[in-house]
Amino acid sequence: MDRIKLDAWVGIFVALGLIALMGLAMKVGNLTSNDIKTTYVVTANFENIGGLKPRAPVKSAGVVVGRVDSITFDTKIYEAIVTMSIDERYVFPKDTFANIYTAGLLGEQYIGLEAGGDPENLVAFDKISQTQDAVVLEKLISQFLYNQASKEEGEK
Amino acid sequence: MMTFFENIGRGLRLKISRLGAATRLFFTIISYSSESFKRFNLTIREIYFTGVLSLIIIVVSAFFVGMVLGLQGYYTLQKYGSSEAIGVLVALALVRELGPVVTALLFAGRAGTAITAEIGLMKATEQLSAMEMMAVSPVARIVAPRFWAGIITMPLLASIFSMVGIIGGYVVAVPLIGVDEGAFWSQMQANVDFSYDIVNGFIKSLVFGIACTIIALFEGFDAPPTAEGVSRATTRTVVTSSLAVLGLDFVLTSFMLTV
Amino acid sequence: MKKDLIVSIKDLAFGYAERQIHRKINMNFHRGKVVAIMGGSGCGKTTILRLIGGQIKPTSGHVEVDGKIVHEQGRKGIYELRRKMGMLFQHGALFSDLSVYENVAFPIREHTDLNEAVIKDLVLMKLNAVGLRGAHNLMPTELSGGMARRVALARAVALDPDIIMYDEPFAGLDPISMGVICDLIRTLNDALGATSIIVTHDVTETFAFADYIYFIADGIVAAEGSPSDLKKSQLPFVKQFIHSEKDGPVPFHYQANEYTSDLGL
Repeated sequence: MDRIKLDAWVGIFVALGLIALMGLAMKVGNLTSNDIKTTYVVTANFENIGGLKPRAPVKSAGVVVGRVDSITFDTKIYEAIVTMSIDERYVFPKDTFANIYTAGLLGEQYIGLEAGGDPENLVAFDKISQTQDAVVLEKLISQFLYNQASKEEGEK
Repeated sequence: MMTFFENIGRGLRLKISRLGAATRLFFTIISYSSESFKRFNLTIREIYFTGVLSLIIIVVSAFFVGMVLGLQGYYTLQKYGSSEAIGVLVALALVRELGPVVTALLFAGRAGTAITAEIGLMKATEQLSAMEMMAVSPVARIVAPRFWAGIITMPLLASIFSMVGIIGGYVVAVPLIGVDEGAFWSQMQANVDFSYDIVNGFIKSLVFGIACTIIALFEGFDAPPTAEGVSRATTRTVVTSSLAVLGLDFVLTSFMLTV
Repeated sequence: MKKDLIVSIKDLAFGYAERQIHRKINMNFHRGKVVAIMGGSGCGKTTILRLIGGQIKPTSGHVEVDGKIVHEQGRKGIYELRRKMGMLFQHGALFSDLSVYENVAFPIREHTDLNEAVIKDLVLMKLNAVGLRGAHNLMPTELSGGMARRVALARAVALDPDIIMYDEPFAGLDPISMGVICDLIRTLNDALGATSIIVTHDVTETFAFADYIYFIADGIVAAEGSPSDLKKSQLPFVKQFIHSEKDGPVPFHYQANEYTSDLGL
């Protein structure tokens, strides 16, 4: 096996491997979409984040516009502080709503941004003031049962 | 009764001392590695023998594994009306687990045994001694290039495995079964994350590559210089590599899922 | 000033945990001489070559090569010493993936910076000395045992070493090949002005051309001298070895019970 043939085959092999890796990264993963863009950071406070996790998507109109970076707890106001990075291509007004939704019925939770009408836009490190907490299933059930009970009471 | 425990104790002590010797070999290889890069054609030659010659078995296996995943996945998913998630299932199963693990097992069986047999035979025919007496370090010349070749080869093979497997799954799902092509790829793209899934899979294959190659090299280097010794060593390479890969897979997976 | 005594072994003791192989060995090897080390199987002859080459360390005593104590050398020192040595292994130990030419060129490429043209001349010269210049393109698997050993010899002398060591060079050879190797050992030794140390069982061939012979038994040098001296020796061990006697200090029967009791009589 002379040197040139050997080198050629090894070159082909390494090229195939790298192509496969690139293919996986581009076509299969979502390298093209998110992580290489520049982003700006905003925060939002929630009374209950439910099952929201770091790296959860931030969507608006169903399109992914950013990611949740971190979630911390503020011991002064007893609320959760969610820090998220939004793609700098997308600007939102200052009175944007940040709601926690669930993907599907029992899927993972994400933040949905609904734009308001404020002429001024959010800039880096701003805080979103309008927030809506996650829907906690237990509260929903207990509310439902309470409503049922009071309806029956009313009918009696 | 006591001899039973004595044997276990002796066996355990032997295995631990071999683990220590293998670790020592690992560090020796690292310290003698400059030659593998200065004379890179040594390493290239080994990449040929471990990587290129494994391509056929990897590609064929990957294609079949992907097809089976497509088939099995479809028949389970369609019961829940989620047959369009078949792309996600095939891709995640391959990229996260089957790609690195099955590639490592095949690698251990094909390339690992070849390495063990070659080095064991060189030891048995005194070629390693001859090299030592000519003031050339056999570790630098023979062992280290094979080590680096194994590390370079494994992730590449695993990526090829995953890619070909996904193609295999595609071939079964879309033309054969009739799942929508757009749904196949778009669901996959939406749910396979680069850093979590692909990078982790890559890290796994790297770790498996190190483990399998070191085991193969050590067994060959340590083999008794007889025909029987070498053949037992190749068997040990496959068994130890397989167990190591599966064990490390569990450790790495649990680590990666919690982080 | 080159010393006359190129290798000397003083009060050497070596053994493994289970077995003491050498108890107290003293040997001297002079420049330009062909010296043979003989003894029964398993008496540690090949081990002495390994000790000289620094592959193993003695438990006590030392081996001195060209004025330097072998086991005290560091990695660099050992490699310096080994470049003065050439070793011929029992079955040649040619690198199976390299051609004959590449095998002989190996030490030259590793230790010198000579260009390809010079290397080619050297390799062909060495192969010519052993009579195998025409075989330079063959692979080791295509060679017979005798030819493989000759190529290994060419490789061992590729860098014109001061010390050439032979591990059982005559084992398993046909009479013609044996004669060829004998002749080569003597010729190369004289041509290079080297010292040859031969570990062997073969009495007739060795006695024909060796200058000095050491006999090892029981971990010590049991007898030494020139071939003519040893032929006259009355030591029972030497006599049994030289005259191929079936029974003597090395017993014929393995340790066993009384024959009659084994047969149940």
